[in-house]
Amino acid sequence: MAQLDIIGLAKRYGDFHAVRDVSLSIKDGEFLVLLGPSGCGKTTTLRMVAGFIEPTAGHVTIGGTDVTVLPPWKRNAGMVFQNYALFPHLTVNENVAFGLEMRKLPKADIAQRVEETLALVRLSGYGGRLPRQLSGGQQQRVALARALAIHPDVLLLDEPLSNLDAKLRQEVRVEIRELQRKMGLTTVMVTHDQEEALTMADRLVVMSEGSVRQVGSQRDLYERPADRFVAGFVGRSTFLEGTLEAPGRFRTDGGLAVACVGDGAGRAVLSVRPERVAVGPSSVGGPNTGLDNSLPGTVEFVSYLGALIDIHVRLSPSDRMVAQIANRDGAFVPEVGQPIHVGWPASASQVFKE
Amino acid sequence: MIGALVRRRARRWALNGAAAVTLGYILTPLVFVTWLAFFRQEIPSFPPEGYSVRWFAAILDQPKFVEGFRMSFQVGVLATFFGLSLGVPAALAVVRHRFAFRMPLSQLLLMPLIVPGVVLGTAMYVFQVEAEKGLDVDVLGTFYALVAGHTVIIIPWVVRLVTASLVGVDRSIEEAAQNLGANAFVTFWRITLPAIRPGIVAGALFGFVTSFGNLEMSLFLVGPGRTTLPIVVLQYLEWKIDPTIAAVSVVQILLIGIAMLITDRYVKLARVV
Repeated sequence: MAQLDIIGLAKRYGDFHAVRDVSLSIKDGEFLVLLGPSGCGKTTTLRMVAGFIEPTAGHVTIGGTDVTVLPPWKRNAGMVFQNYALFPHLTVNENVAFGLEMRKLPKADIAQRVEETLALVRLSGYGGRLPRQLSGGQQQRVALARALAIHPDVLLLDEPLSNLDAKLRQEVRVEIRELQRKMGLTTVMVTHDQEEALTMADRLVVMSEGSVRQVGSQRDLYERPADRFVAGFVGRSTFLEGTLEAPGRFRTDGGLAVACVGDGAGRAVLSVRPERVAVGPSSVGGPNTGLDNSLPGTVEFVSYLGALIDIHVRLSPSDRMVAQIANRDGAFVPEVGQPIHVGWPASASQVFKE
Repeated sequence: MIGALVRRRARRWALNGAAAVTLGYILTPLVFVTWLAFFRQEIPSFPPEGYSVRWFAAILDQPKFVEGFRMSFQVGVLATFFGLSLGVPAALAVVRHRFAFRMPLSQLLLMPLIVPGVVLGTAMYVFQVEAEKGLDVDVLGTFYALVAGHTVIIIPWVVRLVTASLVGVDRSIEEAAQNLGANAFVTFWRITLPAIRPGIVAGALFGFVTSFGNLEMSLFLVGPGRTTLPIVVLQYLEWKIDPTIAAVSVVQILLIGIAMLITDRYVKLARVV
């Protein structure tokens, strides 16, 4: 295992900047997740680390060695592909042994390591089968075993769970994470699924349009998003367009005055997490409630999610707010068309200047 | 409900009927040739006077047929070898690499299938005459010139079928091999080649069959004393129309049929063609 450093990495296709100046340092044994919508450059970044794409600028070093100009076969980076990319004409054993044969290990050592690795992913006894005779989840584990067998310096995971059904995905997440921790693998995973990213990562990188938007822990991203994009991409936010009139005072385009946290003045957007918003039949604010804002509105839409209920409230012709409440005994659940009040603390309304 | 069921059944009958007519249309000549090969009388006429296998024995009595068969086989095997050596890399280039005139080139590689055999033969003949004049060596009428001509008509089959195979190969398995430490050559040999093997086998088979049965182009290229089986058949027909020719055809049909059955055991032809 080794530390992985990405320094000023960029990839340009003509005028299109797929990746712009990405610098990341992944510590020995760390699990880093690149998160972003499709086309944000996360996969391109991973493929540059693997050596499949030649960067336009920047460097990649693994354990202090610059590998930027090395071909993929000289990098010792194990990769798990989105579609697993198992060799269809080779058995499970042969698939897992492939990388070891390339390393010219003695036959006996190869057989032993294949067996060990298959045991690790709980596929002992499946060695003689062909990939097409396995289920999706089993194929995924063979792909993982194949990448682990070579004892890679870094493990690269390209949307490894996206082809599994929802239930299996939850199990495999935990499995991969436990293996990674046990083996102390330096790992980079790419995904567009934020739940997957949040449950697996030590540290997350949010990317958009080729650039890194924010690097941090789950909590950093959720509670202190760096910009509007992160606020909207990680978790959910309601956005109100308007102007920051003075520090702590925001006025929406619909004319509503909102207490917030934020310095300076000028055009800005205010974001509120739905679960921070309280609802009530009459004013919910007041000295002891902690809710600095209390605004009247009309319920436009109620969506019942089981444990949670989303309430969409019209505050003014151009302002709409979503409140998410827990479905508890005695919870106030308004009906569509009902006039209600919504409230939230100033600390829950974050302002991003435009 | 009932109406829909009746309609569906009618549609299926119509479809099966059309398939049966087409199959019959294709098979009828084969059936008649095979039947004819077993007639006892020398002049084919209906109804047959009786049945015999003497025409099959007659083939072996005529060294021309055996010689023609050997020549066609040798030319076919060699031309298939060269067709594969040129066609497989060509298919790889066309499918895998982006370069100027890629599409026109891939069309060009299929051209020998479209150009009439007589035109192709004339063109080859003129080319070989010019080559002979320019290089001052024997070209026209030599065995290798004939092989070169047949290579041209085999290439489109190889390119087409290998291309079809290649398109279905997932690029990421090659990347996976490289990721695991295989260089470009090892990746091709251990991963890509096995994946396109069905296309290569099918391309070789169809190319060989095309070469074996080719008459028009070969007519222009054969030298004295070097005749392929189709030419021997044609020459024989100029003087005689006894069922020997039918027997020769039956042997050919059987050999090709057996080749296809054996091939199909290793690669499912229906999947590539």
